[in-house]
Amino acid sequence: MTLHQKIFAVFVSLAIFVIIISLVKNRKLKEEYSWLWLITGFVIFLLAVWYDLLIKLTVLIGAVTPTTTLFIFSIIFLVFIALHFAIKISQLSDQLKNLAQKVSLLEAQKVNSKS
Amino acid sequence: MNTKRCIIIPAFNEEQQIASVIEGIRKYSDADIVVIDDGSADMTSEIAREAGVFVIRHPFNMGAGVAVQTGYKYAFEKHYDYLLQIDGDGQHHPGYIPNLFAIVENQTCDVVIGSRFLKNNEYKPGLLKSAGIKLFRQIIRIITGETITDPTSGYRCMNRNVFKYFTGDNYPSDYPDANIIIEMHRMGFKLAELPVTMVPNPEGRSMHRGIFKIIYYLFKVFLSILVILLRKKSNS
Repeated sequence: MTLHQKIFAVFVSLAIFVIIISLVKNRKLKEEYSWLWLITGFVIFLLAVWYDLLIKLTVLIGAVTPTTTLFIFSIIFLVFIALHFAIKISQLSDQLKNLAQKVSLLEAQKVNSKS
Repeated sequence: MNTKRCIIIPAFNEEQQIASVIEGIRKYSDADIVVIDDGSADMTSEIAREAGVFVIRHPFNMGAGVAVQTGYKYAFEKHYDYLLQIDGDGQHHPGYIPNLFAIVENQTCDVVIGSRFLKNNEYKPGLLKSAGIKLFRQIIRIITGETITDPTSGYRCMNRNVFKYFTGDNYPSDYPDANIIIEMHRMGFKLAELPVTMVPNPEGRSMHRGIFKIIYYLFKVFLSILVILLRKKSNS
């Protein structure tokens, strides 16, 4: 990995860290969604500065170049994030349905007791 | 002891039909009628209220399955003993209501389904719909061993144990059809069918339209059945 690539990867991982922490601090992002991003930022940082680890991982997964390793783990991370969202959306859909039903029942009782 | 009976009518944009549906029901039964308006854009709720029935209105459209579950939740809260479901578009002839209640009330079964296919062959759905129904019949027969000729029928009557169970999380509110039959069987509920006549949809609308929607719907139902089977294995 060239120094150029290393610098870029370190910059990206630090940027992720700073942005995520800032978003959580300003309550724009809930903590529960931040941890996956933070772990990923940390992993990218680790792989970028500890070259030996990156090489070992590259050999382990059967990739040719170390940059491929970085890319592939980024993609895997995105898959996990998407899955995390799908899980959360499923939960929210159920909650929303139950809430809407509860509201309709309450409203109906109110209207009925008026007339 | 007074038997409490409730008739729920899930309805979506049925302002043309709802008054006559309610009137038709009243000819055959004095059970309490509840209309669940699934976020209609028209005057369904207002017309139903004017007809003097209890109306529950969803704040937005969530599908017929959710509307039916809202009916179950209401019936459970209000301590009804028996519940009958009938479509809001006038397709189901209300003349069978007394029989449907009677069958469940004399304890021969927990759920009775009004089937379009049992006796008369007057009702012939379109090719695709017919194939779909046949497919669901086969799946139900393979998984449960039971023969249910009209698994998608929304004309059914059940006792409190059944609708109480389906107020919970195990209700597949996305298009509950063959999957709900399988779930009922899994829970040990006794199912029966009664032949009924249907009136073809006066407005010619169908709940399922377009080939892609149908394929998507089939996929969802299959997936739902798979999930029920997986849960069945882990629970036993």
